[in-house]
Amino acid sequence: MLSKGLKRKREEAEEALGVDAWWLDPGHPAVAQTPPAVASSSLFDLSVLKLHHSLRQSEPDLRHLVLVVNTLRRIQASMAPTAALPPVPSPPVAPSVADSLLASSDAALSASMASLLEDLSHIEGLSQAPQPHADEGPPGRPLAGTPPSLGALDLLGPATGCLLDDGLEGLFEDIDTSMYDSELWAPAPEDLKAAPEGGPGKEAAPELDEAELDYLMDVLVGTQALERPPGPGR
Amino acid sequence: MNYPDESTYGNKVPTVFNDFIHLSVCWPSPILEADIISTVEFNHTGELLATGDKGGRVVIFQREQESKNQVHRRGEYNVYSTFQSHEPEFDYLKSLEIEEKINKIRWLPQQNAAYFLLSTNDKTVKLWKVSERDKRPEGYNLKDEEGRLRDPATITTLRVPVLRPMDLMVEATPRRVFANAHTYHINSISVNSDYETYMSADDLRINLWNFEITNQSFNIVDIKPANMEELTEVITAAEFHPHHCNTFVYSSSKGTIRLCDMRASALCDRHTKFFEEPEDPSNRSFFSEIISSISDVKFSHSGRYIMTRDYLTVKVWDLNMENRPIETYQVHDYLRSKLCSLYENDCIFDKFECVWNGSDSVIMTGSYNNFFRMFDRNTKRDVTLEASRENSKPRAILKPRKVCVGGKRRKDEISVDSLDFSKKILHTAWHPSENIIAVAATNNLYIFQDKVN
Repeated sequence: MLSKGLKRKREEAEEALGVDAWWLDPGHPAVAQTPPAVASSSLFDLSVLKLHHSLRQSEPDLRHLVLVVNTLRRIQASMAPTAALPPVPSPPVAPSVADSLLASSDAALSASMASLLEDLSHIEGLSQAPQPHADEGPPGRPLAGTPPSLGALDLLGPATGCLLDDGLEGLFEDIDTSMYDSELWAPAPEDLKAAPEGGPGKEAAPELDEAELDYLMDVLVGTQALERPPGPGR
Repeated sequence: MNYPDESTYGNKVPTVFNDFIHLSVCWPSPILEADIISTVEFNHTGELLATGDKGGRVVIFQREQESKNQVHRRGEYNVYSTFQSHEPEFDYLKSLEIEEKINKIRWLPQQNAAYFLLSTNDKTVKLWKVSERDKRPEGYNLKDEEGRLRDPATITTLRVPVLRPMDLMVEATPRRVFANAHTYHINSISVNSDYETYMSADDLRINLWNFEITNQSFNIVDIKPANMEELTEVITAAEFHPHHCNTFVYSSSKGTIRLCDMRASALCDRHTKFFEEPEDPSNRSFFSEIISSISDVKFSHSGRYIMTRDYLTVKVWDLNMENRPIETYQVHDYLRSKLCSLYENDCIFDKFECVWNGSDSVIMTGSYNNFFRMFDRNTKRDVTLEASRENSKPRAILKPRKVCVGGKRRKDEISVDSLDFSKKILHTAWHPSENIIAVAATNNLYIFQDKVN
């Protein structure tokens, strides 16, 4: 977990309070009326990091996940209508947020954050407006102009597609079996089976074609070694 | 396993603080993760106090009997029984480890000499029987004193076995295991007033059980969307009405409470009443939803009110008024300007519980820095107290605490920036009829009692 209860260094506390106070300051031009017009991009990045961290748990806390996702939606909704979108948080931005977090976290967290950063650094356009339907394709799409309406969890778009095997639907995908109700959690990145990025799992009801079925059968029977899927950071 | 031993604990000398005598019963140090107390609950008479911890253990304390000889020892709680309720499990199908942490304990009303309680972790509820044995049979015909079978040929006379007294032994036995009914994490259990059924609630579903039947439960609430991508809200707490066995409430992560009547339909997806307070536009922020998420819901003993706890407040609702609470109490409003930091370090997700006193006139809840707060509903007075050994010398007077929010800090005040957010009081309990409270501070249990004379 992120630095639970640890007292933060004064400069970090001030920085965080600065972020906080920014929109509570009634005199600030961006704070016309409630709610604040635009969230800082660091708050957005923080939320995305929290979300990824939560998803990486073997069994994420559903309440935590839902609250973070809803907060992220709010932040993104406030950022979207503004013409002057914050610049694409290229790798330099993500590390700066992570740096302040890393400074106050323990070694184990640093390791997981470092690997997460590595993933993020390969993703372009992390905070750009997502497409309503997750595309299959490389993550490095050009920055969208006017964002389409936000679908549920669409905001995770390409980022999710890179970290999770079967993209958006895989986030909360259910596979009903007779005894166990759901396969809720997407597999951890290390457990990714060989599947093309944005592969069959993208659709709500995955339709495997025969070639992929055969491939999976071969894997199950053990005649084919598991390979890491091609893609950024994998 | 390092079980606390009955002989390790004696109660400290009672200390007088304002209105409360401090009887402290503490776990040994150093702090182990497994020793962190995760739930505290008095039984219906207040004679017993149960605690559950992260290591899956349950420790039950029993109140000392009143005695003319030792008047000053009245009200002390001693260890009565200790047992391992839940073990860590591994779900092989999902490759997941299931935590043994006890999320909740609920007592059944006593119906015979034995005590019964429900304890639950994330997935499995267990019914435990705690009973005393102070006699044992002696003089069996077919067995000798060590229990070995005797050769029948050597038996020439018959005798009647007799019961002889022995040292009191308290044993806990698991009577029922209610498993495999929850896909998500169980956050609440509640015994019904019919004493035949109880419910267990996880993030998305609530199940109704009969105590006698372990392989079957009825699903009475299901808020799981058909498409999980549409999930925006989870169940956070649930409780049966204290008198009406068909009525229960459950709270959500969006700050709403639904009251349901099981007579209306088998699946209570449609609520009978819906409690929600409109958002205060002047307090809106990106964290509004998170801080509105209800972490605990409790019926008053009278059954007329419900109390909810969200991140910054405790609210009392009248069952007859759905559009707003009748009372709102600020627990630590000075944190409102710190929400971003608290979001960053995840403290904003802490789940505090709240409790009523026996007469429903005072409510209590925890905060940070080992502070806990009490609100008198009648006088509108409130007090902040601290559960801490460092700050309570024997026989010293523990003053009510105060947090300084700005400006000049007075001598005994503590500034907001000095609060220790790792010392959180999430779990408290109030004796059903007397002014005795139990406060769990990480791995320590504090018991406070109203001053007697």
